[in-house]
Amino acid sequence: MRWYDQLFEAESYQLANGKVVSQKFTRLPLLLALLVIGIGVSVWVTGFSLTTLLTNFVGFWQILASMWPPNVAYFAQVWQPLLITIQMSFFGSFFGAALALPFAILAAHNVMKQRLVNLVVRFILTVVRTIPTLVAALIATYIFGLGTFAGTVAIFLFSFSFVGKQLFEYIEAVNMGAYEALIATGASAPRAFVTTILPQILPTYLSTSLFAFEGNVRYAAILGYVGAGGIGMILNEKIGWREFQSVGIILLSIFVAVVVIETVSQQLRRYLS
Amino acid sequence: MNQKLTSVLEQAPRRGRQYALMVVVLLVLVGLSTPALKGADITAKGIDIGQSILTGLLTPDTQLLFGLGNNGVAYLILQTIAIAFLGTLVGAVIAVPLSFVSATNIVPRPVVIVTRLIIMAIRTIPSLVYGLMFIRVTGPGPFAGVMTLAVVSIGMISKLFIETIEDLDPGILESLDAFGATFFQKIRYGVLPQLGPDFISILVYRFDMNLREATILGLVGAGGIGAPMIFALSAYHWHQVGAILIGLFILVFVVEILSDKVRQKIIQG
Repeated sequence: MRWYDQLFEAESYQLANGKVVSQKFTRLPLLLALLVIGIGVSVWVTGFSLTTLLTNFVGFWQILASMWPPNVAYFAQVWQPLLITIQMSFFGSFFGAALALPFAILAAHNVMKQRLVNLVVRFILTVVRTIPTLVAALIATYIFGLGTFAGTVAIFLFSFSFVGKQLFEYIEAVNMGAYEALIATGASAPRAFVTTILPQILPTYLSTSLFAFEGNVRYAAILGYVGAGGIGMILNEKIGWREFQSVGIILLSIFVAVVVIETVSQQLRRYLS
Repeated sequence: MNQKLTSVLEQAPRRGRQYALMVVVLLVLVGLSTPALKGADITAKGIDIGQSILTGLLTPDTQLLFGLGNNGVAYLILQTIAIAFLGTLVGAVIAVPLSFVSATNIVPRPVVIVTRLIIMAIRTIPSLVYGLMFIRVTGPGPFAGVMTLAVVSIGMISKLFIETIEDLDPGILESLDAFGATFFQKIRYGVLPQLGPDFISILVYRFDMNLREATILGLVGAGGIGAPMIFALSAYHWHQVGAILIGLFILVFVVEILSDKVRQKIIQG
């Protein structure tokens, strides 16, 4: 940014006590120009058009309105996929979080002193985290076949990488005093870790895992779109058949389930912290 | 000395029973969740596909990966970024007024309850369902993706905006009042500097998230890098799948690093 400050001179003021202060020339024009260019390119690439939006937006409301009233009778077929969705999320989150603990320990440079191990484990976590969950689910359906298991694998991978990253950053910020004291008295490293560091990270570990679980329930609802099981399968089917009142009851059940799980999990997380 | 140590040690809280209970509850829940494993069907074909994807990743279709035409990975990445960028902006345009009328320090309580319910309802519908709905409005393509991301972003953007607005320091406005600032001066020097950095940092964060979302919108035909990947996968063109996955990886990775840097800079001033 230095070239910009040189191009436009800073303004200086003389204060009453004779001191001279200078104010840099505002960067607002530059930022605005970048914003306008960004918008221009994006509008051109995506074909965004306000007139299309205004003339056709009625269609959106029509679909939304046709979901009301929800087809309550259909709930008999909704609760089972919904339950499986929650089970998938829980199973995936539990094993993902469980596997994340040893990886986070290996990635934290204050516990695992081998720089190479740190880097390799962090690279694995980053690669897994970069793959969007739905893409992971899609690839999993090709490898494990269509069905619930593919979705569970995708959720497992996401929880593993998410909890792993959060946790290793937290381990690195932990107070090492007690750990070093125990090492100095001759305790073995694993023993010292369990008695001093584990109690410090446990609340955060559990609350991050719960947070991942919360998000996963919401996310698992769409995994069915690629055939990876759960409530998304019937959601996709009903949208395809244009049975929007059934879509309405499915969305309503997801909403209630998500709210209940988030409330319980938030209470638990508040208790942990 | 040793006796003193032992007595201190005995005072330490006994968490054993608490931990045991927690482990038992978790294990019971895991046991109840085993139906999640249904449909595991690892055949020789599946392993074969897994290997093909790996070889595809190692030997990507370089023509696709480095191609500059409308089908090259570079253009797909540009399109994905454009969808995420515009989607975030449109979402922000809708979210700003919505957050002002949902902040407890600006409007009365009953209004807040109504507007927050609306925001929660908007958040419930999964992004792919919005995608399918918007395709009816705009036709398939990246435009539908922009609108989908805009609506999907509203929930999180307004939730964070509301927190920022509720944290506004009224003291600054009072002192501006005290030396006779006009209404617009109060907004310019009292409100905008307080909200600006937080708002921009929230938007950059959401842009990062929208980019990940934009990569999957292709599944419903709403543009971005997802659609060609689906085609390549279903046609078993593993080298193309490899090229697209590599592009996706670089895109998400670079944007994540950049957005972290920008946000740090904004917050530290």
